[in-house]
Amino acid sequence: MNIEKLKSAHKLLKEYKYELGKIERGYTNRTLYINLGDNTIKEKTVTQLMKDKFIGGKGFGLYYLWNAVTPDTKWNSPENEIVIASGPVGGITQYPGSGKSLVCSLSPLTGMPMDSNVGGYFGPLLKFSGFDALELQGKADKDVIVFIDGNSGTIRIEEAPEEAIDSHILGEQLTEMYAENEEDKRNISVVSAGSAANNAYIGLLNFTFYDVRRKQIRLKQAGRGGIGTVFRDKKIKALVVKFAGVKGNLNNPADQSSINKAGIKLHKEIHDLDDKQNRMRQVGTANIIEVMDQYDLLPTHNYKFGGHPDTYKISSKVFTSMITQNTPDGCWYGCSMSCAKAVDRFELKTGPYKGQKVIVDGPEYENAAGLGSNCGIFDPYAILELNFYCDTYAVDTISYGTLTAFLMECYENGIINKEITGGLELNFGNSSASLEMLHQMARGEGFGKLAGLGIRNLKRIFVEQYGADPVFLNDIGMEQKGLEFSEYMPKESLAQQGGYGLTNKGPQHDEAWLIFMDMVNNQIPTFEDKAEALHYFPMFRTWFGLNGLCKLPWNDIAPADNKLTEEPAKIPDHVQNYVDIFNGVTGKKIDKNELIVQSERVYNFQRIFNIRMGYGKRIHDAIPYRAMGPVTAEEYLSRQERYDKQLKELVGFNPEGKTTEEKMAALRAYRKDQYEKLTDAVYKRRGWTMDGVPTVEHLKAIGMDLPELVEVVKKHL
Amino acid sequence: MDMIKLNNRDYEWEEGLTVRRLLQKETFTYPRLIVKINNVLVPDEEFESTVIRDGDDVKVIHLLAGG
Ligand code: SF4
Repeated sequence: MNIEKLKSAHKLLKEYKYELGKIERGYTNRTLYINLGDNTIKEKTVTQLMKDKFIGGKGFGLYYLWNAVTPDTKWNSPENEIVIASGPVGGITQYPGSGKSLVCSLSPLTGMPMDSNVGGYFGPLLKFSGFDALELQGKADKDVIVFIDGNSGTIRIEEAPEEAIDSHILGEQLTEMYAENEEDKRNISVVSAGSAANNAYIGLLNFTFYDVRRKQIRLKQAGRGGIGTVFRDKKIKALVVKFAGVKGNLNNPADQSSINKAGIKLHKEIHDLDDKQNRMRQVGTANIIEVMDQYDLLPTHNYKFGGHPDTYKISSKVFTSMITQNTPDGCWYGCSMSCAKAVDRFELKTGPYKGQKVIVDGPEYENAAGLGSNCGIFDPYAILELNFYCDTYAVDTISYGTLTAFLMECYENGIINKEITGGLELNFGNSSASLEMLHQMARGEGFGKLAGLGIRNLKRIFVEQYGADPVFLNDIGMEQKGLEFSEYMPKESLAQQGGYGLTNKGPQHDEAWLIFMDMVNNQIPTFEDKAEALHYFPMFRTWFGLNGLCKLPWNDIAPADNKLTEEPAKIPDHVQNYVDIFNGVTGKKIDKNELIVQSERVYNFQRIFNIRMGYGKRIHDAIPYRAMGPVTAEEYLSRQERYDKQLKELVGFNPEGKTTEEKMAALRAYRKDQYEKLTDAVYKRRGWTMDGVPTVEHLKAIGMDLPELVEVVKKHL
Repeated sequence: MDMIKLNNRDYEWEEGLTVRRLLQKETFTYPRLIVKINNVLVPDEEFESTVIRDGDDVKVIHLLAGG
């Protein structure tokens, strides 16, 4: 790596000096605005309104985005922004999971605001460098790097023609380039995309942290919704932040001791109980692969089924044996959950880096399920190879897995063929075809380039160009609002259908994950119960994104006596920890109810933002039938006993003597009706009209009746 | 037929049904379970020895709010 040569090719476009700030109670009270079109760099003041109504993180991101765009703005309009922010709690080192960055932008897949929660050090280092958020607007002419030096108070925009595009190389190059020595590397975080983000709409952003033990960078992904595609469209090659001097008290919290107390308690729980509970430290999130399979929830063959006899080949045991052990990795200081796993010295068998030994971050559950079982691929090496290339090329593994599964089903049904795919034999289980398609996506060639447009666009193209049946494609294409589903099988859980469908950004499970509460535990039997859960959990989980927090330490570990509490699913003790650390940092005095209201304000804001962009109504909350029930006879017959029983007991339809088609039709009518009833109940609970529009009364009740919001909703009431 | 309630749904009971056996029959393999019989918590180490009686109200709550 000839860093000097790369560096000497840089051309300085703009340099900006700023006064180093001081963080008070979690806020720097200042944000940074950069326009890449005209190289404007300026500081903005954080207003009291922003802090009161939007808190920080994703709240700030959505607020700035709202002010930047109009209803006509497209993802590739210059005025679209990418906003990256930590949050008031972000950057503390005493409580696990406090180093996340939130990224917001208008998505190429959905046309609406997208938000993504990502590890790596960028958000906290940005804050310690003096900024609660970074707004990026405009488009550069040529590839640029934005460098923020948080110790000298310097920001530079540099043309950078020669560095790599793919993240695993670019991250190393820039860490090397901007660090003064080995010791200094940990003070750097790089945000970058990859070559596929030049072409595909499913481009992601990689955020690095430097792994001091491995002496290598690690990549964490802001995966969903194509924000990496926006990044490359703006011709940003990378963002680099450097800040030396991370300490536990930089947030200048109002009450350090309450933060310490909550932290010590959680560290002890993790230490004592993780091995008995979820084994996050040993296995990471891959711990649930076989659990999902056993409960018929692991998507296989494009969500046709919930399990497969070959799942043992990709079980968590298999991956645990490949993961380098005894190197607990946290993606921010102080995270003793340490679920950031890696496979070291993995030798690549295909593609431009064939033969190289690389580090593969992961595999996470979603990757094993999406790249693996959902595509009928049960080869752990192929999954790791796909995982590696998705990351470095900047491809969202979830969208990639789900759209590949869709294409495989289309291929097996003759909707597309070898001629159309340019020779790719996209049968379920063909890992070489999946890998080749991914390489094509990165090169911007052939069928891989087309695939990168996402399921929504592919459905349209297959109908228009190849005469495909639109009804069938809409049934099996697992996307909603333009975003591909994440990797859980929701057919037997109505609440989870809502958890996917009744969301702001699309079917990503980070708003609500209710499958067990609903399907197995039967804890939320009525529509009202489900609606309550689909109110509480999305609001509670939204709050992590306002504060720069990770969700995992909330419920992937639980106190030993959690069982005895009134509502174990909420992990009440941890909710109190969050109240305590928020109050400890900000000096405010919220309680667990106000915590929910804080989220409700931003949640409703995002809903109204969707409406303002021409979406966000009831019709946009519909989901494909594959998410609700068996589309094909093959699916029905595979679980015939279950479905027949339901017809008898729930639908009042006697299946005896009926054809499979008749039974499927009866089940379909019933399940669709259930989803509509659920939608009614959820809208009511959330204070929305039956068309999904927040009412003015509700906005008043939660203190979010800002004039610009009322103006939007009034047109739809 | 002899019945119990399992998570508020009817479930066929059999003589000598232990908690452990019930979990096996249902392939409830997830490690973090809360088991209650008639609203009394059954500790994990008593799954083997606890016999479920006809008519019992059994709850097997999976503490997985995952994702
Ligand atoms: S729990 Fe895992 S993902 Fe969350 S902050 Fe810790 S290491 Fe990162």
